[in-house]
Amino acid sequence: MVEWTEQERSIINNIFSNLDYDDIGPKALARCLIVYPWTQRYFASFGNLYNADAIKTNPNIAAHGTKVLHGLDRAVKNLDNIKATYAELSVLHSEKLHVDPDNFKLLADCLTIVIAAKLGNAFNPEVQATFQKFLAVVVSALGRQYH
Amino acid sequence: MQSAIMLSKKEKKLIKDIWERLTPVAEDIGSDALLRMFASYPGTKTYFSHLDISPGSSHLQSHGKKIVLAIAEGAKDISQLTVTLAPLQTLHAYQLRIDPTNFKLLSHCMLVTLACYLGEEFTPVAHAAMDKFLSAFAAVLAEKYR
Repeated sequence: MVEWTEQERSIINNIFSNLDYDDIGPKALARCLIVYPWTQRYFASFGNLYNADAIKTNPNIAAHGTKVLHGLDRAVKNLDNIKATYAELSVLHSEKLHVDPDNFKLLADCLTIVIAAKLGNAFNPEVQATFQKFLAVVVSALGRQYH
Repeated sequence: MQSAIMLSKKEKKLIKDIWERLTPVAEDIGSDALLRMFASYPGTKTYFSHLDISPGSSHLQSHGKKIVLAIAEGAKDISQLTVTLAPLQTLHAYQLRIDPTNFKLLSHCMLVTLACYLGEEFTPVAHAAMDKFLSAFAAVLAEKYR
């Protein structure tokens, strides 16, 4: 089981309670599709993804980005049981969405960069390490039910 | 061995400009990236047992500066990376022998440093170009390993 210090719990809760989901969610997903263009394979039905500007202004991508970011809320509220919390979502991503689990890390890295750009120096090495630890646990849980 | 990099003229210019701007603060950028790497990936500290890598130490500052200046030098003419990095290739292959997986870790932390430093200016397009450049840089650096 993953161990979290009081400090780590506080850092994670702090980040999420101050998050503008409607801003960060869309930015993170758009960035993923731009930096790692092969991830666009999962969004063929979302409309125009022709170039960076099209992706950044695509309303379907924006809505989905917000949705995905809110998906992390459950992990924040259940830090001690992330694996079980995401069992169903893992099955969904494997059986229904057929998403290569390697992609979870790509989106996680983009989310890290977007939050870093937003928080600047407040996103110091310790905060970064904690946030990345959190995302790594989420990513692992999401890939758990694949077979 | 030629490493293939898919960087457009625009991307190369973007990368060159960014590193030119960061050269005066090479120490800050470099030491920040290293500190982030040590915090997130403690295994990387094993390569620095002979140095004082605590925040603000002169070792950390000078080492960070060295790394950033080397990257900036490579950015000046990306098509010549293999030539520019030849001495560093030898150093890393035969002397330092840093496992190349670590290059990815430092590259990622470098991107985070850039995001913190440049904020909104570190656009997705700039991020994509920079990620490609740093990957290519790392690949060239590891060319002489075996």
